[in-house]
Amino acid sequence: MIRFPGSCDEVDAQLACQRVGEAVILWHGDRDLQGVDAVVVPGGFSYGDYLRAGAIARFAPVMESVAEFANDGGIVLGICNGFQVLCEAGLLPGALLPNDHLRFIFRQVALDVVRTDSPFTRACATEPPTRQLSIPVKHMSGRYYAPDDELRRLERSGQVLLRYAPGHNPNGSLRDIAGVCNEQRNVFGLMPHPEHAVDPLTGSVDGLYLFESIRTEIDDRARLAA
Amino acid sequence: MRARVLVKPKAGILDPQGQAVERALPALGFHGVRNVAVGRMIELDLDDAEQLPEMCRRLLTNPLIEDFEIVEADDGAAP
Repeated sequence: MIRFPGSCDEVDAQLACQRVGEAVILWHGDRDLQGVDAVVVPGGFSYGDYLRAGAIARFAPVMESVAEFANDGGIVLGICNGFQVLCEAGLLPGALLPNDHLRFIFRQVALDVVRTDSPFTRACATEPPTRQLSIPVKHMSGRYYAPDDELRRLERSGQVLLRYAPGHNPNGSLRDIAGVCNEQRNVFGLMPHPEHAVDPLTGSVDGLYLFESIRTEIDDRARLAA
Repeated sequence: MRARVLVKPKAGILDPQGQAVERALPALGFHGVRNVAVGRMIELDLDDAEQLPEMCRRLLTNPLIEDFEIVEADDGAAP
């Protein structure tokens, strides 16, 4: 878990990860990733989000290490502001614009899992064939945008992993895109907050599918390396 | 030199801020206003003006979603 000045969801993300493994918080000014198997760039804010959301955070010392880690195939999950940071850093395609209605939204949305052949969604590949997840969104700038040709390329290469279910697009995202991964499928960003949907107390535990997917992927990789 | 960078949303990208302003103007009696785009302006003093386009591409704007225009400010120094 990276902590930027302004992060506020890193503790929830840590608690979510601790349900499937161990998790430490990494300081933004520190280049050392402490040998983790996966990095979560959490939600909240970062550096006041001056200029554009995520624009300054991408220059944090820790982000250099995260970029190297990602380029070596390491698993990186960006949630909300973390998604914005990864887009600004060029680790994910596209950009996140202010919501089409210009209002902050905070509500539960239904998500269609588009692809389960990724380290982040593989645990969703069970009955029923197309799983729907109930996970909250809370953001001001979550409208996913990429140019037309890029969108077509993303769809063709199966990089759109999550889509808002019909009628649930909360922000005007193009093609109802809620989460995309990179071409190598080891970096994934989404606007909804899976870390807020891991306890029955808050209404849904569907976020756990993503964390369980990452756990399984890490175990598989360790087995292959052994 | 002192320069001004004008940043606006790329043509074709939905600009809800521009739309909101466009809808608000008639309420004040201003009619016949179209194609409002809301962006931002960045003013800076700099030694090497040749670096400015690169600054714009790498930090001041996100080239995927924004266009920029560089204007030389005539006031010479910071206010």
